[in-house]
Amino acid sequence: MTASLPDEDFFRRESGRLVSTLTRMLGVHHLALAEDAVQETLAAAVEVWAFRGVPENPSAWLTTAARNRAVSLLRRERTARRFAPEIVRLADAEGAPTESPVAHLPPALRDDELRMMFSCCHPDIPEDAQVALVLSLLSGFSAHELAEAFLVSRAAMEKRLSRAKKMLSGTRGLFELGARDFETRLVAVHRALYLLFNEGYHGASPDAAVRLDLCREALAALMALDAARLPARVDEAGDLTELSRQDRSRWDGRLIARGLELLESSARGEVVSEYHLEAAIAATHALAPSAEKTSWGEIVELYDALLRLRPSPVVALNRAVAIAEQLGPERGLEALRSIPGTERLSAYPFYPAALGELELRCGRPADARRHFRAAHRLARNPAERTFLERRIAECERQLSSGSSPDATRPSSSKLSPRRTR
Amino acid sequence: MSEFLYLYRLPADSPNMPDSARNMQERLQKWTAWFKELEARGHLRTMGHPLESGGTVVGEGGRTVHDGPYAESKDIVLGYSVVQARDLAEARAAAGGCPILGYGGMVEVRPIRQM
Repeated sequence: MTASLPDEDFFRRESGRLVSTLTRMLGVHHLALAEDAVQETLAAAVEVWAFRGVPENPSAWLTTAARNRAVSLLRRERTARRFAPEIVRLADAEGAPTESPVAHLPPALRDDELRMMFSCCHPDIPEDAQVALVLSLLSGFSAHELAEAFLVSRAAMEKRLSRAKKMLSGTRGLFELGARDFETRLVAVHRALYLLFNEGYHGASPDAAVRLDLCREALAALMALDAARLPARVDEAGDLTELSRQDRSRWDGRLIARGLELLESSARGEVVSEYHLEAAIAATHALAPSAEKTSWGEIVELYDALLRLRPSPVVALNRAVAIAEQLGPERGLEALRSIPGTERLSAYPFYPAALGELELRCGRPADARRHFRAAHRLARNPAERTFLERRIAECERQLSSGSSPDATRPSSSKLSPRRTR
Repeated sequence: MSEFLYLYRLPADSPNMPDSARNMQERLQKWTAWFKELEARGHLRTMGHPLESGGTVVGEGGRTVHDGPYAESKDIVLGYSVVQARDLAEARAAAGGCPILGYGGMVEVRPIRQM
């Protein structure tokens, strides 16, 4: 028993790994059972480990426990005879080579999680459901968390997921993917990977993804450039720091260089994808020595292009913030207010937060405070709440002193609205 | 110093299963941190054990009284620990930080009879 806790992505990673492995062993028609077994196993692990500490090899512990749980769930279905082959397969699985049933697949699909990911991107499953499915099965997100990420109601997300899972478990084709499926589904997989990253997690199998050349250059560039900024996003106290106030010396220069290199090589192709644009935006930020010296005009143009490719109120929000930097807060406010479909942003704290920042910079702290309070009510985690409390306090300070010194200018933007649509 | 038993209880019908990887991660972190704090403050005698939800209740003559693991209560007992504290008030205060309180559970604090 070790005293140390597993790293912060442990349960996310294990959840995807176990669901994929059990689904391969049991067959895709037992997807729901595999999910149940994994969830029960992980929940039990939390209770046991809380008392006894984390075992030396937690992944192996979980694999054994999940397999045992699946066997007992299968038995409990009372039709033990019908499921006997699966039970035998599971019971024999320990130490048995797993390559045999997948030897005919393209190398990239031999990894359980990647195969699951490509299966989730079945052409019959709508694109938004594919991505939700990947995040649910491979990254352990709950329907509730996904509803927040995709700005839809919880009930809508539950429906989307259950339909997609039903479809997936009915395809029987999880392990019958061929080289052609690989090509046609790659776009959807790219998008899913991008969203995985954008949510702030590493996805289910980042090493395998890179190793198997899944991430094309533009996507990799985006990851590298955004990741370069990660060390500075949170300060010593664990609070979020806006882009303009981040200590740029803490950005990872090696990752930035790698990102630019990848972006350059990806630009040789003829197609400009949304990933190219996102990466170019990240590159513009990364190259600027400070928030003031950023080429905001260029960033606005890139967002314009992105909006044409993928209209979304969140992209429009980012664009409005860039306009405020380029042309001043009043113009930024105009852009914010003219975003079509703002009702889709009604649960999204960054919209009122952006209104608040710009009102504050226009010298209207009372209006700003109202928006920050609205954002605070929508905040989803302590870091966001702390950040917004600091902004509310700043409004109050300005209200009581009757001044608005520019030392407090938080300039922009990032309060980084996440670019998940 | 007196000894107390902590029983970690969850109502049987509460939606207590962590439903996402993030919940699980947080839950384990909170429990670990809480036990560490109990230990640091000198309260922890034995961490105790987590309990399975199955079990049975046996009566006179070995007769099975219930298939459930509990005689009366509709609660599930998740586990138990033994702590030491000056008095019930202190033991009660120390239980106030238990993570189970954050997802619908309770801590039953029982003085252990010293004779």
